[in-house]
Amino acid sequence: MEGTAESVLLAHDKDVVAPGEVLAEGMEYLPSHGTYRKNEKIYANQTGLLIIEGKVLKTIPLAGVYIPKRGDTIVGKVIDILMTGWRFDTNSPYSAVLPLKDATFDYIKKGTDLTTFFDLDEYVVCRIVQVTSQNLVDVSMKGPGLRKLKDGRIIRVNAMKVPRIIGKRGSMVSMVKQATGCTLVVGQNGLVWLKGEPEQEIMAVDAIRKIEREAHVSGLTERMKMWLQEKTGKTVNSELYEEPEEGAAYERRYDRGERRDYGERGGDRGRFGDRRREYGGPRDYGRRGYGRDGDRRGGSGGDRERREFRQRESNEFPSEPATPPAGAQQPEAAAEQSHGRHDSEKSDE
Amino acid sequence: MAYTKRHDDRKPTETRPITAKAGVIPKADGSGYFKIGNTEAYAAVYGPRELHPRFMQDPKQGVLRCAYNMMPFSGQGDRVRPGTNRRSKEISMVMANALRPVVDLDAYPNAVVDVFVELPQTDAGSRCAAITAASIALADAGLKMKDMVAAVAVGEVDGLLVVDPDYKEESQEEGDVADIPVAMIPSTGEITLLQMDGKVRKEDLLAAIVQARPVFERIAEAQRQAIKRRYEEVNEEIKGPRSR
Amino acid sequence: MDDALKEHMNESLKKGVRMDGRQLTEFRPITIRTGVVATAEGSCQVTCGESNMIVGVKMEVGTPYPDRPDKGTMMVNAELRPISNPEFETGPPGDEAIEVARVIDRSIRESKAIDEKGLCLVPGEKAWIVNIDICPLNHDGNLIDIGGLAAVAALRETRLPKLDEKYRPDYHEKSDERLELSCLPVPVTIVKIGENLLVDPTDDEMRVADARLTVTSLEDGTICALQKGGSAPITLEDLERMIDLAVETGKRLRALLG
Repeated sequence: MEGTAESVLLAHDKDVVAPGEVLAEGMEYLPSHGTYRKNEKIYANQTGLLIIEGKVLKTIPLAGVYIPKRGDTIVGKVIDILMTGWRFDTNSPYSAVLPLKDATFDYIKKGTDLTTFFDLDEYVVCRIVQVTSQNLVDVSMKGPGLRKLKDGRIIRVNAMKVPRIIGKRGSMVSMVKQATGCTLVVGQNGLVWLKGEPEQEIMAVDAIRKIEREAHVSGLTERMKMWLQEKTGKTVNSELYEEPEEGAAYERRYDRGERRDYGERGGDRGRFGDRRREYGGPRDYGRRGYGRDGDRRGGSGGDRERREFRQRESNEFPSEPATPPAGAQQPEAAAEQSHGRHDSEKSDE
Repeated sequence: MAYTKRHDDRKPTETRPITAKAGVIPKADGSGYFKIGNTEAYAAVYGPRELHPRFMQDPKQGVLRCAYNMMPFSGQGDRVRPGTNRRSKEISMVMANALRPVVDLDAYPNAVVDVFVELPQTDAGSRCAAITAASIALADAGLKMKDMVAAVAVGEVDGLLVVDPDYKEESQEEGDVADIPVAMIPSTGEITLLQMDGKVRKEDLLAAIVQARPVFERIAEAQRQAIKRRYEEVNEEIKGPRSR
Repeated sequence: MDDALKEHMNESLKKGVRMDGRQLTEFRPITIRTGVVATAEGSCQVTCGESNMIVGVKMEVGTPYPDRPDKGTMMVNAELRPISNPEFETGPPGDEAIEVARVIDRSIRESKAIDEKGLCLVPGEKAWIVNIDICPLNHDGNLIDIGGLAAVAALRETRLPKLDEKYRPDYHEKSDERLELSCLPVPVTIVKIGENLLVDPTDDEMRVADARLTVTSLEDGTICALQKGGSAPITLEDLERMIDLAVETGKRLRALLG
């Protein structure tokens, strides 16, 4: 075990750790997300994958309920029609409200039967615009790719595994789409919508379950590529996407989760800065649970951003079946974008 | 001291064989299993989820609720009539009190975490097995917990201070018998459940708990191993058994 | 959404594929383990896909019913508790629990698998009561079939407790006497969706089914229990097809009992 005479590390990077487990002894190591210090020892306080970055010990949760976060794109189910909008089940302890004004760009006349827009038990893709301290959630349907989901089927996945299912810059979900020919929408809240031929849907579901199950084991991308090619006979192209070290795609999301508790990640911020230079910006596909089916960005940025949204919208409007990645999908247009707001957002998934 | 050797040859601080598992109930958000001798408990966690009725909601943090239930065929004698009774209600309550101190529910205002425990068979120590299984389930569900809660009964059987008395020892008729279920946070030694059937002197009570301290740690290790194994099994399927 | 689900299923079924990839007549993988509960006189744990349940048999001694003084009794109870499904609630048995219990009860009782006269100890005064409790741990559909199979497996290896001179059972001492079963009734539930008949339905399939029929059969194809579920009617042709499929599937399941 490494360490100085006083400090010693008792666990390895990428170990699965459980609450109360002693990860390190001594003052040299620092706790972070999912770990805490008591006296001289650092303990895990959540079931997760241990990530050791220098002297900082943190965990990526392997299980847990989805907590609504501003900016997330989620798949919601209509559970109530209100006077002034709709209520959605978000697959979390907190339901969301879609006010009339955020339902559509069209004008909704007073007295309109709201079920003509969204009816009970229908599923939609929407974006979270606000979460109060009591976890009251507001969503909006105004934005590229936000829409009602018709046909297809919905499956529920472990919300903590969503980053893996999406993959770095949408690479994982893209491979699944290429191989199965299904259209897929992955909500940050752990609900996944897919549509295709029956056998293709089953294949896609199997693939997603496999990713869920094996998320914590390195080499997942390669394994999924082989598995998909074997099961579907289609060659799957993952070369367009540069895969960083396996843990990274996973970590990104959790760092985002920590946005609310500042002060822990100075180091990470630097890393995002690096990423941006490497890949030309956080404007990547598959962020926020979206994969190829249309990207929806959280912010209002300036005109340039809006134009960019529209361009992307027309390139990959959700109703088109998934096509293999083409030049059009390269985020070159985004390369020069600077996203002031995105400083605080996760760069890639 | 009439009872100097335990009827099954166990040492005074030796528990019956234990088995711990996680993820045994796929429909649940987290689940655990704990077996000690012939006492067996399955626990499932559902939540955090929306809490109804609303008046029970706590705007500061999530609420933890437990429900303990013995299956009708799990008793040592007659069939147990199904449904809640006073005993199961009390156990449900003390279980929740035993688990609450380690779980951090600040991130879930107005929500509830429900823990359901069912016991297919019991042979003393059932509430301790229930708490131990519930603790695995809570960790399996991804809740923030500063440590596991490990529970085992200690006792005095006709003068001998023991750990994990079984049904035979509990129901012994010669001499005084004290059956003392204890739940502990192993890393700090804090006690979160303490009850007793029988009578005991203060010194013996304290001594019985102190001598059991290493047992709580061993149980907590087993609980953590149960959770890790769930993931390590997948590793092994893919890559073969780990060499380190 | 059920309409949408049904349409989706129909599309799938047209290609001979169910939502979970199974064939129409395919049962999920089943494991059967008996003798899993030391405190029960007979017990069995069955898993079917992700469904997992324990059935335990407790033998009690009671007074026979006045109208049948020379026979023992049997009682089946299903405990559908929230541990196995977030939609179940604690409290007295709901409709589903009652239906599961009563259909399994009839399957065993009407088959005469248990010799009720053989359960009599003292005519008019003392007789065995066979208590069968069905306790799902993880609910993933098709409780009747799985519970029925587990109940038969548990009964087959049930050993009677020793009795004292007052006919009080000593539960810590099992005798060598077994509860002999003269046959092995196996309930099989078939659902009809569109023109297709499905075996081992998931909850989704049950919900959108046009018709549902549980048929309990014996080795020689005799039917000993029937339960039509759901509110859609079935035709005589449907009935015959469903019975044939249930009997044939029953044979396969019975083989698993060994």
